[in-house]
Amino acid sequence: MGSPIIELASVDKTFESRAGATEALRAISLAVDAGEFVSVIGPSGCGKSSLLRIVGDLVEPSAGAVRVKGKSARQARLDRDYGIVFQTPVLYDWRTVLENVRLPLELAGRPRVEREERPPALLRLVGLEEFGGHYPWQLSGGMQQRVSIARALALNPSILLMDEPFGALDEMTRERLNQELLQVCAETAASVLFVTHSIAEAVFLSTRIVVMSPRPGHIDRVVTVDLPHPRVDKTRAHPRFFELVTEVRQSLREDPGLAAGHTRPGESG
Amino acid sequence: MGRVREYAPAALVLVTGLLLWEAVVFAFSIEFYLLPAPHVIVHSLRETYPVLVEAGLYTFTEAVLGYALGCGGGILAAMAASRSPAFAGVVLPYAVASASVPIIALAPLAIVWFGVEQGSKIAIVVLMTFFPTFVSTLRGLLSVTPQSLELMRSYAASEQQIFLKLRLPHSLPMMFPALRACATLAMIGAVVSEFFGGPVKSLGVYIKSTASLFQTRQAWSAILVACALGLLFYFAVALVERLAMPWHFERRED
Repeated sequence: MGSPIIELASVDKTFESRAGATEALRAISLAVDAGEFVSVIGPSGCGKSSLLRIVGDLVEPSAGAVRVKGKSARQARLDRDYGIVFQTPVLYDWRTVLENVRLPLELAGRPRVEREERPPALLRLVGLEEFGGHYPWQLSGGMQQRVSIARALALNPSILLMDEPFGALDEMTRERLNQELLQVCAETAASVLFVTHSIAEAVFLSTRIVVMSPRPGHIDRVVTVDLPHPRVDKTRAHPRFFELVTEVRQSLREDPGLAAGHTRPGESG
Repeated sequence: MGRVREYAPAALVLVTGLLLWEAVVFAFSIEFYLLPAPHVIVHSLRETYPVLVEAGLYTFTEAVLGYALGCGGGILAAMAASRSPAFAGVVLPYAVASASVPIIALAPLAIVWFGVEQGSKIAIVVLMTFFPTFVSTLRGLLSVTPQSLELMRSYAASEQQIFLKLRLPHSLPMMFPALRACATLAMIGAVVSEFFGGPVKSLGVYIKSTASLFQTRQAWSAILVACALGLLFYFAVALVERLAMPWHFERRED
């Protein structure tokens, strides 16, 4: 595996506001190896989105060290080493689907040939080749999120950061997109850091699951998912799948803050 | 077919209105100097149109020049102000408040400053159109969502790229309604400014002088020309709006 592609050492994050300081993350240490699919799961307010944003240099840690591909997180962002998918698709209304996918290529000043040829290929990858000329509002929520995944892959990043990308979708669409995401990742060989609050989704997708607890957010335990690859529909019926789901659920239950049960959907952590 | 159905009710209202107008004038035997019937106005228009075309062009030039300077300046000022949200926060309330200032009241002073010719009228139109354009454009530029900015940041976009590829296109749906409203304002500003003094070959002066001589039909035909020019201006801007934002209109028509 070599050296980790993402490495966090004793990362703390405290948000200062008028109401006072809120400790969002405490002593987070985590290493993601190349080619891994690591999910971060936990209840709302456990800082899992902040964790992802720290890796992406969209938020600065209050303490601790972050290395991405052996560089500072900032340098990795400036080198455009990662593609990001947010909970909402964040597509620009005034751009067609194809033009939205082209955006990162334009921002990075890639040559014309690449700007012309890559977006249609990416749309084919996510099964939307016929929708290149549509505007985002003409697409369903699931299709929009696929566009945003295609956009995240535009610069062929070695890292994908995904912040509850399927959280707002219905269960069936979510399962289909989970499957597609794994195929896309297999083709692109990207490492993935994936924030979710769905246990089944985390187990289905991941090689490892990081279970977090809130106030302050910290890593409770890391569950290694030893399900066979490739993951297909049948995987969800695998006895080991249920065992792992139960294991993750129990890890979450052990946290007193979560005794009340499920997290509210649509709320980022 | 869809177009016909869309505009038919409006056309019907217009025709009905004109017929009613004719009928009322005829039924109550209203003197033409009080309210001329539409056919009388049209007749007068045919007789006096060389004068009206000259006056119309004179006034329209003021409106268009003032509009170009006012709206152009408003857009540029908004772009400059958007670079510093703190500065924008300080000037925005004043710009908004300026909407309730009757700028047209400055018209007599504008004549003192810029002369009785076109300069004073253009100045008034500039003032009338600058602030609405500034406010709407600035709001548009500043109202981008945090997520869309975060996306730009994740791709290490430069400030210039963020402006050109995010803020500017995002602001268009807010900017254009102001530009349309300003087209109307510009025509009003030009004509009304002329009421306070100007050359005879302008619409405002023509309307004022004919009306004060009870040459009502001439006044009405000049008003008609002003209306036509105002509408022309408005629809020209609306056309540009459509061309500039195809995504916006496909959506509404669906």
